[in-house]
Amino acid sequence: MSTNVLTRRPAVRSLLAENGALGALIVLAVALSLLSPDFLTVTNLLNVGVQAAVTAILAFGATFVIITAGIDLSVGAVAALSAIVLAWTATEAGLPWPVATVVALVVGLACGLVNAALIAYGKLPPFIATLAMLGVARGLALVVSQGSPITMPDAVSHLGDTIGGYLPVPVLVMALMGIIAAVILNRTYPGRAMYAIGGNEEAARLSGIAVNRQKLVTYALSGVFAAVAGIVLASRLASAQPQAASGYELDAIAAVVIGGASLSGGKGRAFGTLVGALILAVLRNGLNLLSVSSFWQQVVIGVVIALAVLLDTLRRRGAN
Amino acid sequence: MNGAEEILRVEGLGKTFPGVVALDGVDFDLRAGEVHVLLGENGAGKSTLIKMLSGAYQPDAGRILLDGSPVHIRTAAEARRLGIATIYQEFNLVPQLTVAENLALGRPPRRFGFVDTRRMHDQARELLDRVGIDVDPRARVAELGIARMQMVEIAKALALDARVLIMDEPTAVLTTGEVERLFTMVRQLRDRGVAIVFITHHLEEIARLGDRVTVLRDGRSVREVPATTPQDELVRLMVGRPIDQQYPRAAGDPGAPLLKVSGLTRAGAFAGVSFEIRAGEVVGLAGLVGAGRTEVARAVFGADPYDSGEVLMDGRPLPRTNVRAAMEAGLGLVPEDRKGQGLVLGADVAENLGLVTLSRSGRGGFVDRAGRRKEAGEVAGRLGVRMSNLGQEVRTLSGGNQQKIVIGKWLLADARVLILDEPTRGIDVGAKVEIYQLINSLTASGHAVLMISSDLPEILGMSDRVLVMARGRLVGELDAAQATQDAVMALAVTEVEETRVH
Repeated sequence: MSTNVLTRRPAVRSLLAENGALGALIVLAVALSLLSPDFLTVTNLLNVGVQAAVTAILAFGATFVIITAGIDLSVGAVAALSAIVLAWTATEAGLPWPVATVVALVVGLACGLVNAALIAYGKLPPFIATLAMLGVARGLALVVSQGSPITMPDAVSHLGDTIGGYLPVPVLVMALMGIIAAVILNRTYPGRAMYAIGGNEEAARLSGIAVNRQKLVTYALSGVFAAVAGIVLASRLASAQPQAASGYELDAIAAVVIGGASLSGGKGRAFGTLVGALILAVLRNGLNLLSVSSFWQQVVIGVVIALAVLLDTLRRRGAN
Repeated sequence: MNGAEEILRVEGLGKTFPGVVALDGVDFDLRAGEVHVLLGENGAGKSTLIKMLSGAYQPDAGRILLDGSPVHIRTAAEARRLGIATIYQEFNLVPQLTVAENLALGRPPRRFGFVDTRRMHDQARELLDRVGIDVDPRARVAELGIARMQMVEIAKALALDARVLIMDEPTAVLTTGEVERLFTMVRQLRDRGVAIVFITHHLEEIARLGDRVTVLRDGRSVREVPATTPQDELVRLMVGRPIDQQYPRAAGDPGAPLLKVSGLTRAGAFAGVSFEIRAGEVVGLAGLVGAGRTEVARAVFGADPYDSGEVLMDGRPLPRTNVRAAMEAGLGLVPEDRKGQGLVLGADVAENLGLVTLSRSGRGGFVDRAGRRKEAGEVAGRLGVRMSNLGQEVRTLSGGNQQKIVIGKWLLADARVLILDEPTRGIDVGAKVEIYQLINSLTASGHAVLMISSDLPEILGMSDRVLVMARGRLVGELDAAQATQDAVMALAVTEVEETRVH
C-alpha cells in the first residue's frame, strides 16, 4: 500500500511539473465548454485571443526580465505612453504614421534602457527602478495627452481589425511577438545569457558574460514589447488613452509566473507565458459567459494566481 | 571504546531516487563517546545516509534504531527532538542577526511577551563557553569568519542537548590552526559522552580524531575498521582498487612566459604582487586563508578591481576589471566557490559547459544549439563526467562532477592559463586524481595552471614552483625541490607574526 503511494506520487508530480499550465488551460477550456454553450465557438475563441493579446505581448517582454531574476513594473505605463506618443506624433505633430510608429517604439526602448541603466549601473533594485518608471511614464502620458484620449491614425488602427472579417490582427501580432520572444530566448546569445544571469549572476559574470550590457538588452526588449502592446491596445480602441493598460503589469507578471517561470530567475519559456496569458483571458471570458459579477472575477483570478505559484513550489519540491 | 553504550544503529538502509540507487544496504552503529568517521568517495552515499538520520529523506528499506528501538525520523524537527543534530557544510545561520539571536532562534526567552534580551545574551554566553569560544553574543553572524560561524553552529546544536552530532566535512573550510581548535572541541564533546559522526576527505585527520571508521562505497557499507588503519588501506577500501599515486604530477620543461603580473596592489587586500607563469607549468599559490590569494587571482582575471600594477598576457597588458578581455586573451578562472560562482545550478550540464563559449558559438546571430551540445558532449566524455545525460541539472551532480564541469567550460574555451582556486575542495580521492591528471594533460599541451590551494600536500605534490603569500604580499618562491611542508608554512606565517608585533 505505502509503496504504491510512493511510486505513484512522483508520476503525478512530474505530470504537473511539465504540463502544469497547459494542463490547467485544457481543463479550464473543457469545463467551460460543458458549462456554457457559447464558449466553444470560433467567434468566442477569437475573442479570447484578442483579449489575451495585449497581456501576452506585455508578458513576453516581462518573461525576459523575470528570467534574469528581475521585475518590470513599468510595462503598463510604458505601453500607454508609447501609444499616446504615436497618436500625438501622427495627429498633433502631423508626421506620417510610419514615422510616428517608429517614434513610439523608440520611446518604449528608451524607457527600457533607462530602467536598465538604473538597475545595472545605478544598482537600484529592479522593483524600485521600474516602479519609478511606472510613475514617470504614466505621468508623461498624461502630460503629452493633456489628460484626454487622442484618436489613432487610421492606418495604424487597422492593427485592431480583422483579416477577411474573422481573423483578428491582434492575435497575429501576439503570435508573431511570441515567436520572436521564443527565438530570442532559445536561439540567441542575449537569450541564453538571460538564463545564465538569472540562474547565477556571479557565475555568468565570471564566465565572461557582460552582465550589465545584457541587462540593457533585457529591459530594452521589455520596453519595446510594451510599446507594441500599447499600440495594439490603442488600435483596438481606435484611440490612445493616457490611463490605458493600468495594472496590466501585474497581469503580465501573473501570466509569466502561471506559465512556469520562477521569480527567482533562470526559468521561463515564451510558450509557457502564452499559456499563462490565455489562462487569464479564458478565465475572464468564461466568468463573463457564466455571468459572474466582475467583483467575483477578481477574487477568482487572485485564487488562480496563488494556485499557480503553489504549483511552482510543488514542482520545485518534486524536483528536490 | 568497547562496552560503551550503543546509541544509534542503522541496519540494511536503502534509498532509491528515480533512476539512481543512492543507498543499497548500509549498516552502521554509533556508541556514546566516540568519533565515528564516515568515509567514502562523493556519491558513495554519505550525504544520503546523514540526510536520513537528520530527517531530510525517508529510507525505502532497512531501519534506524535509537537506543535499541526502531524510530521513524520524518522531519528535521523530529531528529532534533530525538537528540540528533547535524552540522552541514552550508550553515543554518541568519547572517543579519546577532550570535545570541541565532542561538535562541525560534524560542527566545520572553518576559511579559517581549524578548528578554539580557537573558538571551546570558544564555548565549553560557553556550559559547561550553563550546569554548570567545565570541561576543551581540556580534552579527555575518561579521564572524567561517571558523567562528561553525563554532556558533555547533553551540546551537548543543543548545538542543544533542546526543548525536553529525558533522559533514567540518574541516573543509578551515585553516590549519582552526582545525586544531575544532578537534580540541570535538574531543571535549566526545569525552562528555556525545556520539559524533564525522565526515572528512582528509585522511590524515582520521587517525588524529577518530575511533572507528565505516567505509561506504557505491551506496553500501564496505567495512568497519579502526581509525588507526593505514591511509593506503583506507583509500583501497574507499576506491575499491589501490591508487598508485596520489599526486601524479608529470612536469615538463617550461616554455615561453604566458602570464606576467607586476606590482599588483589593492589597498587593504594585496600589495606589490609580481609573478610570471610559463607555458607547461603548474604554479602553486600557497598561504593561509585570508592571505589574499583569491583576491589576487580574481583581480588578475578582471573579476575585481586593483589600484596599481599590471597584468600581461603574451606581453600585452589586460584592461582592469574586464573578465571578457581576460577570457579572450586566454585566461580562465575556476573560482573557489563552485556552487556560488562557478555554476548555474538550475541549468543543465550542456548549458553550463557552454557558458564561456556562448558568445563564440554564434551562426548568423543565432546560437548554434546542435554544435554547442556536441562540443559539450565531447568535453564531458573527455572529463569522464558521471551523469545520466547532458540534460541533467548540475545541481544533482556530485561535487567532483560539478567541479569537472566548471573546469570543462574553460577547456572548451581553450584557456591557455587556467587559475584554479581550491580545485579539489570537498572532492573525493578518486575525482581528485582525475583532476590532477587533467592538469597534467593541460600542461603537456603547452597550457599553464596557477593553482591556489589550502591543501598543502596537494600544493607540494602538484606544483613545479610554489609561491607563498602572507598578509597580502608574496613572501617567497620555492621550486619543487625546496618546497617542503615546513618551508612553505614558515613563509606563510612569519610575515603574519611580524605584522602582529607592530
